[in-house]
Amino acid sequence: MTVVATAPEGLYEDLDVFRARAIRWVEANLEPLGSADPSVGHATDDTDQVVRAKAIQRKLWDAGFAGLCYPVEYGGQGLPADYQNAFIEITRGYELPMLFNTPTFTIILPTILDFGTEEQKQRFIRAALRGEELWVQFLSEPSGGSDLAGALTRADRDGDVFLLNGSKIWSTYAWRSDYALCVCRTDWDVPKHRGLSVLIVKVHQPGITITQIKHVDGTEEFCQEFFDDVPIPVEDVLGQVNDGWNVASRLLLHERAAVSGSSPYAMRPRTTRHESDQIGALLLSGADDRQARQLIGEARVLTRVHSALVGRIGTSIRTSRLPAEAGSIPRLSNGMLRVRLATIAIEIAGTRAVAWQEGDPAGNLGVAYLGRQGVCLGGGTTEIARNIISERVLGMPREPADDRARPFREVRTNASVPRNRA
Amino acid sequence: MDLELTSDQELLRDTTRGFLTDSMPLSAVRGLAEAPSGFDREWWKKGADLGWTSLLVSEARGGGSISGDGLRDLALVAEEMGAMVSPGPLIPTNVVAQTLSVEGSGDQAERVLPSLLSGDAIAAWCIAEPGRPFDPTGVTLLAEPERDGFVLDGVKLPVEAGGEADWLLVTATGPDGLSQFLVPSSAPGVHVTELRGLDLVRRNAAIRFEGVRVAASDVVGELGGAAPSFERQLQTALVLQCAEIVGAAARVFEFTVQYAFDRSSFGRALASYQALKHRFADMLLWLESAQAITVDATNAVQAGAPDATEVARIAKAYVGERCPELIQDCVQLHGGIGVTWEHDLHLYLRRVVLHRQTYGDPTEHRDRVAMLAS
Repeated sequence: MTVVATAPEGLYEDLDVFRARAIRWVEANLEPLGSADPSVGHATDDTDQVVRAKAIQRKLWDAGFAGLCYPVEYGGQGLPADYQNAFIEITRGYELPMLFNTPTFTIILPTILDFGTEEQKQRFIRAALRGEELWVQFLSEPSGGSDLAGALTRADRDGDVFLLNGSKIWSTYAWRSDYALCVCRTDWDVPKHRGLSVLIVKVHQPGITITQIKHVDGTEEFCQEFFDDVPIPVEDVLGQVNDGWNVASRLLLHERAAVSGSSPYAMRPRTTRHESDQIGALLLSGADDRQARQLIGEARVLTRVHSALVGRIGTSIRTSRLPAEAGSIPRLSNGMLRVRLATIAIEIAGTRAVAWQEGDPAGNLGVAYLGRQGVCLGGGTTEIARNIISERVLGMPREPADDRARPFREVRTNASVPRNRA
Repeated sequence: MDLELTSDQELLRDTTRGFLTDSMPLSAVRGLAEAPSGFDREWWKKGADLGWTSLLVSEARGGGSISGDGLRDLALVAEEMGAMVSPGPLIPTNVVAQTLSVEGSGDQAERVLPSLLSGDAIAAWCIAEPGRPFDPTGVTLLAEPERDGFVLDGVKLPVEAGGEADWLLVTATGPDGLSQFLVPSSAPGVHVTELRGLDLVRRNAAIRFEGVRVAASDVVGELGGAAPSFERQLQTALVLQCAEIVGAAARVFEFTVQYAFDRSSFGRALASYQALKHRFADMLLWLESAQAITVDATNAVQAGAPDATEVARIAKAYVGERCPELIQDCVQLHGGIGVTWEHDLHLYLRRVVLHRQTYGDPTEHRDRVAMLAS
């Protein structure tokens, strides 16, 4: 599935007409963000965020602004990417249902478009665009996050269903999602990449237990799921049985596009603006301090360079100057940038980052610093990104591995290694 | 570097590349290291024939560019020059030519531009002063008004191509504010001293102005109106610097990657070691970032965009900081051969460090970026 960048003349509504129509509607129907975090909007709590996001997405659907780049036959508007870019510009500063952005619109639905049956596409793309269903990814496992193809969660055929058993982890907001794509093992007698399948799993059903994981900043957005004989109808396999690595690889490509800001399905590019604004606010109190100016200057330099990079790599992948795996370059950049911004923030904040008056935003900076490495871990670690860049973009030799050429049953995994070495 | 070139721009780039490869390989650059002048005038004139001196000058004044985007075209030339650590007064000559094109009187343009455009004459932009910030507040060279002109007193340092220049564009301060003067380097009272320098072929000089008399007609642009010109001149210089640095860094990265494939230790190619692969991944990230922000800055300055002031400085702050580090990493990955005179790495390192330190260093530009933010 590809989205054309610009419209051939006459085929679509004129871009300027679209723009004028969108501006009128957005001003009349969406709420200005004000000082709210763009990713949260005006939601009062986690549950409210789901309610608000689904309601706003429904408004977009009713007005014909949902899924601008999705095909018309599945409920989208079938428009080229520059209409989406125009809409991003128009909605800047307004509350959007960002909960749908990632993974639902930028990762899950594109993968369903690529591999889904006609029934699956009709059923799931339309429902998500209508604001009815949020998705989550069941990828990482407690036995290891980076080695996705080493999944131990199993789906065993039993008549008309697969029985799902095992555990997934680091899924974001699983408890407030409706459906999940789950990578699991359907054949243990072939090498690891050839025995996987991707299942469409209804999140809230008997046999699935969700626990929330408390993050160092006190939030509980990450979850772990346990599956006990969960029956998954065989028609809910996405793609072919045992071709799950192919599906999962495409999912990861869409994820990289989402992270790198080159996804045509994104409502808003991922931005570090909010963070640098926070730093900027702090600076205003210390603009006459040369040392603080060096730090704020560095923050602005790095942020602006990152956005230039995102554009360049996106263009390079579209024009095949670089392979799709080059999406790992902005991923790595994003991790390095935000790590540095978090450090700059506490450097400027001084003691206020560790001991603050009630209500002082500087306290958030100290807390954010605690979870700083999260941006280098989630969505594939920066170490994996460096492997991909050096191997797939620069063509350097792959890391040696002992699990490629033998049945997965015989591979050493964290499930088979004793916990106590004694 | 730029991903959206027209066929005319590709032609300009390829012509420049071919000319540099044939006429000025790195062995020839090394050969010029001991020469009294860092470049050959006849060679520079051939470059001028390819457009190196005329792209920022209006057609009415004898210049012009095929694409109509002169700075974007010139950045392509600069990138190729960086890749070949090419000699030649690219930045000062173009800054002065652009200034005369935009602000010069008809008489000044007629007197000086034809020879600058043909490469027969060289111009130097005399702006930096020793120990002073690289901005209008740093200018202390005095232009004292007298009956029908001015007397210049002060020191400019470093002045790129100052030792070779036939014409000097001097920024000075006086009762009317900051002004620019066009001065022949042969004028009485102009004392030029060549400086020793890091780059083998791009030379700098110290120029002392001692009671140098200039006429009122030697003022370039408005009397007291040089601050806005400084901003345009700086943006041009920064774009060309970044393009040269990126051209150099891209070439060094390219041959270092190749080296990692070719060179073995412990029976394996260097490129197979994860510790090194990860460093190459970081370097590719920096290189792509440097290229991306250089293109953005070039386009912003070309278009006269409102954020050109900021983006040009952001580009220099990033590229000027990151690319010398990138090349140092490439030295490390080469091992001992990387710190020898024999290997070409140091030619590139010399060039990017020269650029890093001149026309405002990363620290100065970060400071300015922060002030623009608040």
